[in-house]
Formats: sequence, structure tokens, C-alpha cells
Amino acid sequence: MTAVQAPSGLDLAAIRGDFPILSRTVREGRPLVYLDSGATSQRPRQVLDAERTFLETHNAAVHRGAHQLAEEATDDYEAARAKIALLVGAEPEELVFTKNATEGINLVAYAFSNASIRTGLSADSERFALGPGDEIVVTELEHHANLVPWQELCRRTEATLRWYGITDDGRIDLDSLELSERTRVVAFAHQSNVTAAIAPVAELVRRAREVGALVVLDACQSVPHMPVNLTELGVDFAAFSGHKMLGPSGVGVLYGRTELLDAMPPFITGGSMIEMVRMEGSTYAPPPQRFEAGVPMTSQAVGLGAAVDYLSAIGMDRVFAHEQELARVALDTLGQVEGVRIVGPSDLTDRGGAVAFVVDGVHAHDVGQVLDDRGVAVRVGHHCAWPLHRRFGIAATVRASFHVYTTVEEVAQLADGVRAAQKFFGV
Amino acid sequence: MQLEQMYQEIILDHYRQPHGAGLRDPYDAETHHINPTCGDEVTLRVKLDGDSVQDVSYESLGCSISQASTSVLTDLVVGKSVEEAFRILESFQEMAQSRGKVPGDEDVIGDGIAFAGVSKYPARVKCALLGWMAFKDAVVRVKEEETS
Repeated sequence: MTAVQAPSGLDLAAIRGDFPILSRTVREGRPLVYLDSGATSQRPRQVLDAERTFLETHNAAVHRGAHQLAEEATDDYEAARAKIALLVGAEPEELVFTKNATEGINLVAYAFSNASIRTGLSADSERFALGPGDEIVVTELEHHANLVPWQELCRRTEATLRWYGITDDGRIDLDSLELSERTRVVAFAHQSNVTAAIAPVAELVRRAREVGALVVLDACQSVPHMPVNLTELGVDFAAFSGHKMLGPSGVGVLYGRTELLDAMPPFITGGSMIEMVRMEGSTYAPPPQRFEAGVPMTSQAVGLGAAVDYLSAIGMDRVFAHEQELARVALDTLGQVEGVRIVGPSDLTDRGGAVAFVVDGVHAHDVGQVLDDRGVAVRVGHHCAWPLHRRFGIAATVRASFHVYTTVEEVAQLADGVRAAQKFFGV
Repeated sequence: MQLEQMYQEIILDHYRQPHGAGLRDPYDAETHHINPTCGDEVTLRVKLDGDSVQDVSYESLGCSISQASTSVLTDLVVGKSVEEAFRILESFQEMAQSRGKVPGDEDVIGDGIAFAGVSKYPARVKCALLGWMAFKDAVVRVKEEETS
């Protein structure tokens, strides 16, 4: 792949040169066309180098030990936290390192759950206690990671799960639900991982505030692809994963407003999250350490810090502009193929870069197989958003998703591949 | 092109004109199997006559591989004894899960050997086995009810 055309003004040749995997071939020598960054993004050499350098020169268990390596490792780990905080407009102590976004959301759900047991906790934690009659509100377009933990929390606390429906163009239908005085949590995706619709965060936050509910934002598909300032958005919690933003897997981030993290009971307990331990019981460290039990991931956190450096050097506004251009090309070219239906907004208003679609008469798996045969890697299936697919009466979609290294020429191959699939299956 | 290896003409024929499709009465057991990674589903009914498979009927929502493989299943097992049907199932399953190492025995699995190419694609093996596992489950249920 030597294409460099980028109307957004990015030097794509240089960017692509940073990602070693993009130069490989697949399926009998075809150049890899990687259109599955929504599932996981590829990592630039700068991230891989940062991990290696850390491991070769500073590796030690962080936040314990007084030797030089322990100091250096802790400094690197905390420097990464500070870089990420700057990217998302938060204070470093408002960010908790987790395994991934799924764990981040579970951390919040279990904090609520633990607070609901109401024994041996500080009075502060009472604001997180749930019981019968309380309501948790999600949306029908959520990724399972921002749905199942809330279903489980409702099961444990006997709270009720309610949800906003979806409009025909794949957005949250704001008219489909009224919050109530019993609504305690409103959890939703900043950008749908299927339809790429960007949620009206300000309006949802306003509604939640009106009834005193807390807002949990699934920022997995927003932080990697657009400028996000969590403080300005006014959400209470947000979660995102490192591996979707050019960083390593095994590291994610939970954001929580200081005041809330201060009051929240822990989820995973054990070493390094404590203040004092006696046989009769223990007290806990202030956040974020309270939520980082055990020896945490370190080279991964450092790698994520390097990914943030990489993205910041390009500029998140340019990343977003580039991906919008790619979405425009995908919508235009796929729109010209008869029998293709886009699942999601058909224009670029409040829309990110992923494009999901169905092909009449050809199952998504079969479309994906034909694309794969041409070297084009897309996601097929329900993309962990089964209720959304059910809402549209379909079992599966094909999803093409992009990142800063994706080219217009790559995206244009989608439509050719879909035509080939239609021809192959005789529709 | 590797596509033709995977999507043999037999598979495409079964996909376009599936055999035995639709849910029929009477039946002894009905199962509903799903592929959680892609959301494909099959509802399958089995009617036994003593120790032989009298009818297999199904409704499915899925890709060409899962549809065609369920269609082939009905061709292969209807009219056979349960023991023989399970021998065919095991042979088909062994091939499907072999990552391309077991070509399949045409004398046992007939048109089923067309799915040998699918076994090279780990993500699609579940598609090929969806209807077969639903069939196995249904027969086991009938047998369990008989003994209880």
C-alpha cells in the first residue's frame, strides 16, 4: 500500500510507516487493508519502543519498593497517567488504570453494588446505595460492556433497568423515555460502536442532573477518535480502552470525578489499595490507588502514554476530520451499490468514522469472507451490540472502522468487495 | 482465489435451495442453538421412529455456511438409524474441526466433504456445526425423555 491521498492534510505515508503491521500481506499475498480499528487499533513503533525501553531500563513493581528502579518505574507509570489526563481534560488523580473499559464500567457497577450492602462502609458511600425501586437507565444501542454490568447490578440490588430506544437512523431516541426521581444512573455510549452516532451528551447530562442521577459515559469509541474533554462534558464517570487508541491491550482507564471516587467503596481489594490493615479489618487508600489493587500493568500504561503522545502530536481534531472524510467516502461509495443498506446515520452530522451495513441477500459473514479473500479485514456479526441488531431486525452487519492510518483508497475497496460478494453469491 | 475452495458449488447450491427447511409437526424434541459470536441461530426439530431418524426440520437465520450445512445434515441423517446418524455427525465434526487436516470420508458424509475447505477458517467452523450440534442435542433430549 503506497497510497498517501489524505484530504485532511495528514502525511499518511509517514504515519503508515510508523505501523509495521500495515505493510504485511494476507491471504496469498494481498496487501492488508485493515478496516477493523473499532475492534482494536494497530500500534505504532513509538508505542512498541516505549514498552521495550521501559522494560529494558526501568522495569519494577510500581508504588512499592524504595530502590531506584521502583522509583523510575513509578515515575513512568504516573507520567503516563498525567499524559492521558491532559488528553481527556481531567486531573491525573481522576484516572484509574483498569484492564480495559469493560473492567472500568464493572468497577463502577460493583462500587454501587458494594455500597448497597451498607455494612462497614463510610457514610459517604451511601449515595451509591441502590435498592428496589431505584432505576438504572441505559440505551438500546449499548455495547454489551455497558449493558450487562448494569443488568447484573440490577439483579443484585433489585433496582430496575430502563432504556432509551433507538431511532431509525441509529441514534438514541430522546423521546422514548422520561427519567424519574428514582433514576440513579444514566449510562450511554459517547459514540455507538455500530452506527457511529455521537450521543447528545450535554442533553443527557442535563436530564440526569435534573433528577440527581450520575452519568457514566462509555468513551471507547470517542476518546480514540475525537477531541474529548470529560470535565467540559460534565459526565461523572467515563471508561475507555488503550488498545483502541493505538496503545497496548491490557490497559484501560476509568475516569471518575474526584468527589465521587473519594466516596466510592473499592471493587477489587488486596495489596496496594490499602491505608491500614489489621486482622479485624482495613481502611483504604485515597483514589486512584484505592481502585488499583495488586501490582498493576506497567509497560502497558507506559505504552498508552506513548500512544497519547503520538495522537496528541497529530492532534485529535485532525484525527476526527480524517475519519469523517473516510466515513464520507465509505457512505458515498457504498451508497452507490444497489442492495446495500447503511445501519446508522447516512450523513456526517454528529457521526464518527465507523460504517455498518447489510447487503441484501448476502449474510454479513459471507460478505466478510469475500472481503477477507481480497485482503480487506472488517468486523462481521453483532459487534457486541445484539439488542441494537435485534432492533433493526437483522442478525449481523458488516462494520468497517478506521483510524488515523486508514486511507481513502482502502475505504474505497469496500464497495468493490461488496460488489464481488454480490456477484459471487448471485444476487 | 481461495474463496472457491471454501464455497464449493455444492455449498452454494444447498444455500440457494435448502433441503428439508421449515418447521414440521409432529416432532419429539426441538432445540434452539445460537452462535454467540455472530448471532446466527437455528431452531431444529427431530422426529424419531423407534431407533431411526424419521424427520429433521428447521428454521435458521445465518450465513451460507450454516444454512448449507444444516441442509446437508438433513440429507445425510433422515432415514438413518440414530447410531448411524451419530457416526456421520462424528465424522463431519472431526473434519470440520481439523483445520484442514482431515479431508472427510465421502462414503460416510457424502456432500458433507464440501465443507472440508471451511475447516481451514477457524472462525467459520462454528457456522458449519451449528445445525449439527442442534441435531445432536435434540436427539439426546429425545433419548433422555425415553429413559426417564
